[in-house]
Amino acid sequence: MCLAIPALIKEKDGTRAKADVGGAMREISLEIIDRPAEVGDYVLVHAGFAIHKLEEKEALETLELMRKVFGQ
Amino acid sequence: MRLSSAFRESELARNIAGNIAKATTRRWNIMEFCGTHTVAIFRHGLKAMLPGYINLVSGPGCPVCVTSRNDIDRILYLADLPGTIVATYGDMMKVPGSGMSLSDKRALGADVRVVYSIMDAVGIARANPPARVIFNAVGFETTAPSTAAVVRGACSEGIDNFHILSLHKVTPPVVTALLDGGTEVDGFLCPGHVCSIIGSRPLEPVAAGYKKPCVIAGFEPADVLQGILMLVRQLEEARSEVEIEYSRGVRPEGNTNALAVMDEVFCRVPAEWRGIGEVDGTGLKLREEFAAFDAERFIDREIVSEPDPPGCQCGEVLRGEIVPTDCALFGSACNPENPVGPCMVSSEGSCATYYQYAEKTRRQYEDKTGR
Repeated sequence: MCLAIPALIKEKDGTRAKADVGGAMREISLEIIDRPAEVGDYVLVHAGFAIHKLEEKEALETLELMRKVFGQ
Repeated sequence: MRLSSAFRESELARNIAGNIAKATTRRWNIMEFCGTHTVAIFRHGLKAMLPGYINLVSGPGCPVCVTSRNDIDRILYLADLPGTIVATYGDMMKVPGSGMSLSDKRALGADVRVVYSIMDAVGIARANPPARVIFNAVGFETTAPSTAAVVRGACSEGIDNFHILSLHKVTPPVVTALLDGGTEVDGFLCPGHVCSIIGSRPLEPVAAGYKKPCVIAGFEPADVLQGILMLVRQLEEARSEVEIEYSRGVRPEGNTNALAVMDEVFCRVPAEWRGIGEVDGTGLKLREEFAAFDAERFIDREIVSEPDPPGCQCGEVLRGEIVPTDCALFGSACNPENPVGPCMVSSEGSCATYYQYAEKTRRQYEDKTGR
């Protein structure tokens, strides 16, 4: 029940947005998101609410860390 | 996100698992607090990739499973009130109270509707005056801010036929309650999305005070394994810190916007956890200024619940004292078709997860061996 999934914001009107959630378009709320998100941003969505803005850089850093650990 | 698939690469997972094996010198008991982690561990077959001496124990991290029988009975009571529509997340439909579930109530004529989001529940209220719409508000910190935002919005919009029964719970105090109760684990794999909201700081007392390392992990296979690796390293080096594996989803301060709306709308009260008992400061009750939205006020008599069914060991499972298959009812009297306890109902309950994936393993074995 605590799963949030990445979604891509396609349209935005104030705190309402339409987002591509795994291929399906869903209306989501941006009311409780942590950082401002715009069209083209990825956000984590839980039960219709974006709770976190994802940054590609952070994902890449984690991957790099995982791979670096392997190389040791 | 296209990057998500990178965290599912089997080679990456195997490499991290190899590192875990290299880093481990003795048996460690690690509790995965969150039901979503339990499902990820089984779905991706991660237990089989770990060295045998890493013992993963499921914890009380399924909000449906820890909802007390009395709370279920209270929502069932509300469903029977005339002119009432109960809106609920689907996971709650089959959880038995003292005898019945919401699903049974609906079969008997009560108006119970499954919603994906609390926004859908408000939509039902807008479309159906004068019916009273009661949202069964279940969930941890991942879910509670959305309830808070919607109640605040309904208040300013003046929607007077929308109410919630708040069964929301906050999680860090229950971790320490488990340890106080004698649960024997060496470290905690902590829930990524709860921590997207609360951040890492509320877990500091567990790491600093109880000397139990905590690693906040994501839900892809590489995330879960990397989280376990970070825990093993802390344990082997006798460190006890809160670390964030899931840095793309969690910041140390959490989501301050969501925390602020939660705090504006809810105050902390004691809450009853199934299998654990009452834990101070873990319940979220609507503040006085939002009392008109509190469905508690429609419960005009004491609701008395029956004790848990004989033989049901959901409590021991939730405390991590036994694994689901140790329960005498598992798979026989209690199965997903006819669940006795809530851990077999919820898709993220540990009993349901063990059942689903043990069944799969058994069938694969039978197919392979022709038995």
